[in-house]
Amino acid sequence: MGLLLIISAVTYAIFFLVPRAAGVSSDDIAGRFAGKQPDAVTLAAIKDRFGFDDPVPVQYGKFIKGIVVGDTYDTGTDKIDCPAPCMGYSFRTNQSVTEQIVDRAPITFMIALGAAVLWVIAGVSIGVLSALRRGTIIDRAAMAVALAGVSLPVFFTGLLSLAFVVHKWQLLPSVNYSDIGDNPFNLILPWICLAFLYAALYARLTRAGMLETMNEDFIRTARAKGLPERTVVFKHGLRATLTPIMTVFGLDVGLLLGGAIITEKTFSIPGLGQLALDGVYQSDLPVVLGATLTAALFIVLANLVVDILYGVVDPRVRHS
Amino acid sequence: MARRNTGGKHAAGLVDDVGAHVAGRTPPSAFLEVRDLRIHFPTDDGLVRSVDGLSFRLERGKTLGIVGESGSGKSVTSLGILGLHNRRNATVSGEIWLDGQELVHASPGDVRALRGRKMAMIFQDPLSAMHPFYTVGHQIVEAYRVHNDVSKRVARKHAIDMLGRVGIPKPDKRVDDYPHQFSGGMRQRAMIAMALSCDPELLIADEPTTALDVTVQAQILDLIRDLQQEFNSAVIMITHDLGVVAELSDDILVMYAGRCAEYASVDDAFHRPLHPYTWGLLGSMPRLDRERSERLMPIKGTPPSLINVPSGCAFHPRCAYGELNGGRSETERPELVEVEPGHKAACHLSLQQRREIWESEIRPKL
Amino acid sequence: MNISKATAGETTVSAAARADARPIREGEPLLQVDNLGKHFPVTAGLLRRQVAAVKAVDGVSFSVHKGETLGVVGESGCGKSTTGRMIMRLLDPSFGRIVFEGRDITKMSQGRLRPLRRDLQMIFQDPYSSLNPRKTVGAIVGAPFRLQNIKTEQGVKKAVQDLLELVGLNPEHYNRYPHEFSGGQRQRIGIARTLALRPKLIVADEPVSALDVSVQAQVVNLMEDLQDELDLTYVVIAHDLSVVRHIADRVAVMYLGKIVELADRSDLYERPMHPYTNALLSAVPIPDPKDRGARTRIRLQGDVPSPLDPPPACRFHTRCWKAQEICKQVEPPLIELSPGHQAACHFPENTTVSATDEVSRAAVAPGAAPAPGEPPSGPAGTPPPGV
Repeated sequence: MGLLLIISAVTYAIFFLVPRAAGVSSDDIAGRFAGKQPDAVTLAAIKDRFGFDDPVPVQYGKFIKGIVVGDTYDTGTDKIDCPAPCMGYSFRTNQSVTEQIVDRAPITFMIALGAAVLWVIAGVSIGVLSALRRGTIIDRAAMAVALAGVSLPVFFTGLLSLAFVVHKWQLLPSVNYSDIGDNPFNLILPWICLAFLYAALYARLTRAGMLETMNEDFIRTARAKGLPERTVVFKHGLRATLTPIMTVFGLDVGLLLGGAIITEKTFSIPGLGQLALDGVYQSDLPVVLGATLTAALFIVLANLVVDILYGVVDPRVRHS
Repeated sequence: MARRNTGGKHAAGLVDDVGAHVAGRTPPSAFLEVRDLRIHFPTDDGLVRSVDGLSFRLERGKTLGIVGESGSGKSVTSLGILGLHNRRNATVSGEIWLDGQELVHASPGDVRALRGRKMAMIFQDPLSAMHPFYTVGHQIVEAYRVHNDVSKRVARKHAIDMLGRVGIPKPDKRVDDYPHQFSGGMRQRAMIAMALSCDPELLIADEPTTALDVTVQAQILDLIRDLQQEFNSAVIMITHDLGVVAELSDDILVMYAGRCAEYASVDDAFHRPLHPYTWGLLGSMPRLDRERSERLMPIKGTPPSLINVPSGCAFHPRCAYGELNGGRSETERPELVEVEPGHKAACHLSLQQRREIWESEIRPKL
Repeated sequence: MNISKATAGETTVSAAARADARPIREGEPLLQVDNLGKHFPVTAGLLRRQVAAVKAVDGVSFSVHKGETLGVVGESGCGKSTTGRMIMRLLDPSFGRIVFEGRDITKMSQGRLRPLRRDLQMIFQDPYSSLNPRKTVGAIVGAPFRLQNIKTEQGVKKAVQDLLELVGLNPEHYNRYPHEFSGGQRQRIGIARTLALRPKLIVADEPVSALDVSVQAQVVNLMEDLQDELDLTYVVIAHDLSVVRHIADRVAVMYLGKIVELADRSDLYERPMHPYTNALLSAVPIPDPKDRGARTRIRLQGDVPSPLDPPPACRFHTRCWKAQEICKQVEPPLIELSPGHQAACHFPENTTVSATDEVSRAAVAPGAAPAPGEPPSGPAGTPPPGV
């Protein structure tokens, strides 16, 4: 219920804000559609056909209607049926936005999920190790690497790895992934680069959480019971530490699912991020709107999943 | 590995390396004997001597009350007996003999095997002392199964039995509840059930009732007393509440700044105390059972920081009788001396002086 | 009683309110609380509809006279702190009346209350969280002067230093920060702040329970000395019955939002009438090993019921060993059973009268022989059932 409200608020906001922020007039839009040097009459006809000059609320109404029941576009030469959820029609590529998103989403999915698995495993293990060996050389080294990871953006590590791993040493083939059917291990380099950034973050989070948890009274109790240290750390300590991290994780993945823009750009992978970016470059408003809406949807969904999981993991939440 | 402090009187001359000195030690006859226990924490601000030369003994079926204010080292002592200090940031030395086995120099694995089975502990705040994500039953089962090779079903039945024995109604239902679904008193009962699940012979209770309401406190103290009689276990009761000690203990150890100020039977400690700090504690306490005609007699100042323990007798800056021994207490640390059979105190005042002060100045005003 | 001093400089008080502020008459209480209650709503669902109420305080009445100390005791959840906060108007009462110096302050707006804040002050339990760590002691203790815009003869600094000295702190420590002080010293700082404007009534909520025993006694003595010196009136809220016995003149015992017994200190501790008071007193461990086993113990079973759904009629009947049918049906009123000794019980102890007799027109009274002998509790060491 609340989530639906949030989604509506987001669509509303992006619909009203994006065109204004972009500073494009209806003439511009119509002009792009019409091609080179259109005359005033053609422009007016186009504007009329797509309702570019309708009041914004009316356009918004049409947009929402498209999402709920679908829409039909008249390109002048033929009519294109755009079934629900129809997020508009790109005048640049002559494609329905929904189609484009459905095309691109699996690719972004592959990038995000692969990287997520990597960074959780790496980040959490490094964090736990660091916390348990606090102050030792291992801890310091891990945290130094983590600091580097947090500070180095993907376009840096990405380009660097492309230059050395792929081109100079030729350890891996160049990243080539444009369809869900492709071998996912072609994505190994983007995974590592993206995961490096997040793993560093998660290592720090886990370390801090673990240090705090291991000072909790219930850890002392677990030791007082005579449990082996292994059980104390993993069953009692890690379980309590991971719960708040799970929240961050859900949101991070949700965010990435909306498009791993920098990673996709760096490795030229045609995912949602690329789509959105291209839309922005080309002032392709329907695409920008659609991509933003999709990203918002993923974040809201991720939030929902996190809330539900929290109840599963933490009985105190379940009972209150 | 902590090296034994060679100031002690226990065959110190025989000790020349870490490996050999186990043979040099004589196991005591008492069930639990702590000899010259020292637990120090090196910190950036200096060495914190939380426990600095503590000795006591305890038999099965008896209760020792350890009393002190915050920072006196009483909780550190209890964790030390259980071997719960991280040896990376704490130096532990001295000897702890539990039923003929020395614990300070034993391997961590050996001590772990004793924890929960032979010695167990209950803590002050039962809500934070239990894991919030596991059911009460699960936590008891875990404690039982780590020392007993039984199936989950048998362990679960045992957990329900234990919950019933500590007075939790409908134990077969409550066993699947989480700690936050219990009330404070019930949680402490569950904590006791967990601690007693393997029939430990030594039970350490660290402020077990401080977080509880007084009627619930009474229930828990009764429970501990009854279970002790039933299991004939030795109990160490750590508290700041002299009332709890008076009700439960056979012996009392009064700690101040990591050391023992007075060690006596409960009768001696309350009726013939021989240390000014004990007098101060008694004088500070409002009474429930009678109206005190005079004002309370607080100890001046505040408990010292363990980094800057005062020289000589650590209590001297707060002691009202320091001048009586001509400043000796400012420079020289008083030894813990057995002044009467079974009654030890660490004070420079003569026994005669102390008896007079107690009879004429302190006792009438309590 | 110098009211003119207190009202000097009041500009926000309307003429009507000032007319109220007359000197209290001889024998009139400084603070009078009538049927005061606080119900916290419990809401659920999207529309936040109220589905239940936590009856934190459910109709308490008492008065406090000038210069005396009223102790309020009870276990957690009995509503003692909520009562204190209502008197301070930190919480708005759900019903009832608070009269301070003859003025009804129950519904007074915060603006009109402001000048009154000078007369009503509070000491809090936690000396760690109640002082702003980023302010110096001077700023903390001096804040009331600035807030009330009061000019002092030799400036605020001198006034603050006097206060610090009054509570036994070194006036030189004016510029130090709270973390440089121990718990007991912080509580003294809190008390100094409280005293800055020479209040008439101080509500102290667990003033010593966070402190070590030896330091606790220092603060108790300090509070007593200040009372003598400055003619203060205290309401001391505490769970520690020994501290209350020491510091209070009269004591109110609360259980689940109600006062069950209210009497002079020695009366209450030596001849408690309400079974709950009796149980409470016998539960406190006595620091004298001689008393071991000598006392008759009453052991209450179970925990305090939830104030969300308190038992009907007498709220204590679910845990009371003397409870009869009438206790489940008729709520015993809090009435004076002997001079100055009020109790709310159908079968009170240490007396021959009972609430039932007093309200015999309730006509429910079954053969209510008051006080059916000793409670059915064993001597020390009797295991509670189920063990």
